[in-house]
Amino acid sequence: MATAAGEIGVIGGIAAKFRTCPVTALKIDLAAERLIKANAVAAVVFLAIGGVLGLLVALTRWPAVHLLDSDTFYMVLTAHGLNVLLFWIIFFEMAILYFASAVLLNCRLAAPQFAWIAFVLMVAGALLTDFTVLQGDSSVMFTSYVPLRASPNFYLGLILFAVGALIGCMVFFGTLVVAREERTYEGSVPLVTFGAIAAAVIAVFTIASGAIILIPTWLWSLGYIGHIDTLMYKLVWWGMGHSSQQINVSAHVAVWYAIAAILLGAKPLSEKVSRTAFLFYILFLQLASAHHLLVEPGLSSEWKVFNTSYALYLAVLGSLIHGMTVPGAIEAAQRRNGYVHGMFEWLRRAPWGNPAFSGMFLSLVMFGFIGGISGVVLGTEQLNIMMHNTLYVPGHFHGTVVAGTTLAFMALTYLVLPLIFRREVMWPGLAKWQPWLFGIGAGGISLFMLGAGTLGVARRHWDITFADAILSFDYPATAFLMLGLNGIFAILATVGGALYVAITVASVLFGRPVHERNALHALGPLPQRVVESGSSAQVGRHGSEGFGHLPGTYTLVAVFFVAFALYYFVNWKYLSELWPLS
Amino acid sequence: MAVRPPESRVWWNEPVATGELVWIGIAFLWGLFMFFMMIYWHLEGKQNLSAEVYRVKPDRYVKKVEAFVEQYRIGDEGDTGYPLVAPPPGSDVYLLARLWEFWPVLQLEKGQSYRLHLSSADWQHGFSLQPVNLNIQVHPGLEHIVTITPTESGVFSVVCNEFCGAGHHQMTGRIRVVEPGQGR
Repeated sequence: MATAAGEIGVIGGIAAKFRTCPVTALKIDLAAERLIKANAVAAVVFLAIGGVLGLLVALTRWPAVHLLDSDTFYMVLTAHGLNVLLFWIIFFEMAILYFASAVLLNCRLAAPQFAWIAFVLMVAGALLTDFTVLQGDSSVMFTSYVPLRASPNFYLGLILFAVGALIGCMVFFGTLVVAREERTYEGSVPLVTFGAIAAAVIAVFTIASGAIILIPTWLWSLGYIGHIDTLMYKLVWWGMGHSSQQINVSAHVAVWYAIAAILLGAKPLSEKVSRTAFLFYILFLQLASAHHLLVEPGLSSEWKVFNTSYALYLAVLGSLIHGMTVPGAIEAAQRRNGYVHGMFEWLRRAPWGNPAFSGMFLSLVMFGFIGGISGVVLGTEQLNIMMHNTLYVPGHFHGTVVAGTTLAFMALTYLVLPLIFRREVMWPGLAKWQPWLFGIGAGGISLFMLGAGTLGVARRHWDITFADAILSFDYPATAFLMLGLNGIFAILATVGGALYVAITVASVLFGRPVHERNALHALGPLPQRVVESGSSAQVGRHGSEGFGHLPGTYTLVAVFFVAFALYYFVNWKYLSELWPLS
Repeated sequence: MAVRPPESRVWWNEPVATGELVWIGIAFLWGLFMFFMMIYWHLEGKQNLSAEVYRVKPDRYVKKVEAFVEQYRIGDEGDTGYPLVAPPPGSDVYLLARLWEFWPVLQLEKGQSYRLHLSSADWQHGFSLQPVNLNIQVHPGLEHIVTITPTESGVFSVVCNEFCGAGHHQMTGRIRVVEPGQGR
C-alpha cells in the first residue's frame, strides 16, 4: 500500500510521519498509532491476567468446587479487581483517548514522548502493585480500606499508575489544542471525541481524588503519618473508585456511537441532545462517592439523598438519554439503508454476524437492563440497607463494567485490528461467537450475583457455609444454587474472554495485512443494502432529519422503562417488610 | 456520523425529534420521582437508618460493652463461650465488632424497640443481619445508634460483610428474638 509505509508529510503546520487510512481517508499520525497499539496490547495482557484471577474467584465461590484456600482467595480477589477494573480498563481508555483525539481529528499527537513516559509509568506501577499483592501480605482488596494496611509498594504502584494516566490525559488535551490551532477539522469535534473529552475530564477529577487519598495512605503505610480517618478515607477514595467507573461509562458510550457510525453510518439523532447527555456526566458523576456510604455512620441523610441521586438523578438522565439515542441512531441509519419494514426489520437485519456490532449491541442492552437498573436501585438511600456489601454490589458492577464496558471495548477491538493494526481478524467464524459467549457469561455472572446478594450473601467472603465459625449460620439453599450458576457462567465468560485474547493476539501477529483492496472487507459483515457510504448528500444533516419516527426504538425504550419501574417498586415492597429501623 | 465533526457548524439549532423530547421528559420526571421517593420514605417509611453517631475511643467502647454484658447477662449461649445478654425492652443495647466476632449474643423481644449501639474495636466491619438482610457499616471510633424493632421471633445471625483480614469468614454473631415476656 503506497500510503502505508509512512510518508513524511505535514499534518496541520508541523512535520509528522503519517499514513492515510484507506477506509476513512483520515491522516493517521504514526506516533499516535504506535501508542494506541502499545496501550491496547498492555490492556489485553492485563485483561488476560485479571480474567484468569476472576475465574479462580468464581470457582472458589462455587461451594461444590471451593477451589482456593482462604488466604489465596483474598489475595486473588484483590489482584482480580486491580487488574481488570483498573489496569485493563485504563490502558484501553488511553488507547481510546489517543484514537479519539489524534486519529478522529486528523491531527498529530501532541508530545508523543510524554505519552510514552505515561505508558512506562503505568506499566511500572501496575507491575509493582501486582508483584506486591502476589507476595501475599497486601490482601487488602481493591478498596484497601484503612486501617487494613498493605505494603507501601502497593500504594506506590497505584500512585505511579495514576500519574501515568494523568500524563496521558494531558497529552489528549494537548492534542485537542493542537488540532484546533492547526485547523485539522471543521467546526466542532465529533461526538465520539466529545465523549472522550467527558471521559478525560472525569479522569482528571478521579486521579486527583486518588492522589489526595493514596499519597497520605502510602505515607501512613511507611509510618510517617499516624492516623487516617476511616470515613474520610472512604469518602475520598470513592471519589476515585466510583468516578473512575464513570470514565468507563463515558468511554463506552462513545464507543457505542463510534461502532454504530463506522459500521452503519449512524449519525447522532441530535448532536445537541447527545452532547448535553455527556455534559451531565461531567457535571454530576462525581457525587457518586455517596453510593458507597449510604449505610455509613457519620453522614447526614440530606447529604446521602442529594449525592446518591447525582442531584435529582441528572447523571442517570444522561445515561437514559444515551440509552435511547444510541439505538435510535442505529434505527434511523438502518431505515435510511432501506430496512424500513415493520417495527424491527432494522434490528433483525443488522449485521449480527459482525462481532463489533453484536458486541456493541449486547453491551448496550446489558448495561442498561442489568447494570443500569441494579445501579439505581442499589444507589437508593434506604434500599441500600438490603444490599450494602452483599454480592448484589459485584453483581451490579459486573453488569456495568464487564457486560457493559469490557464487552464494548472487545467489540471495538474488531475494528481496531483492521483500522489501526491493519490486520484482518483471524478466525472470523469464531470471532462471530466471541461476544455472545463472553456477553452471556458476563450477564449470567451479574444476574446470579445479584440474586445471591438479594438473598443476603456477603461479598468478599471465602466460605458461605461458615464451617469455621463458632456461631454457625446457613444461607438459604437457593444462594448455593446461585453461586453454582455463577461459577458455570464464569466459565462461559472465561471461554469468551480467552477467545478474545487468542483472536486478538493471533490477528496482531499472524493476521493478513489490510490493504486498500481488502480494507472494507476487513471490517467484517456490513449491512447489505447500504444506500449511502460515507457521504450524506442525499439524506438529512443530522440523524433524526427525515427519520424522526423510530417505532422500534420507542418500543425497546418502553420495555426498558417498564422493567425499571417494576423492579424499583418491588424493592420498596421488600424494604417495607424489613424490621423497622430508625 | 459520530466519528466526524457535525455537518452543520451551527448544530445546536437543529430541531430535536418529538420522540426524543418525550423520552427526555419522561426520564427527567422519573428521576424527580425517584429523588422525592427517598424523601417521602424518610417521612412515611419505617426503614430509615439513624444518623445518631458519636465519636468514641475504641477501648472506651469495649469497656461500655463489657459493662452492658455484666449488667444484663442471663447465661451462656450453649457451649460457645459467648455470654447471652437479655436487655430490657426500650433500653440501650451494645454490640461489639472485633477481629473476628460480634460480641455478645443478644436476646431481644419481638415487637419491642431497642437502641442498638454499633462500633468496632479494631478494623471496619459489616453488620449484616441474616436472613433479615439488613446491612450497616461499622467503623472503629464511631458509635452508631440505631433503633431496631424485631418483627419476628427466632434465631438470627450477624455476618461480617466488610472484609477484615484472614479470619473474616469466621466472623459471625447471633441475635435471639423471643416472644414478648419470655426468656428472662
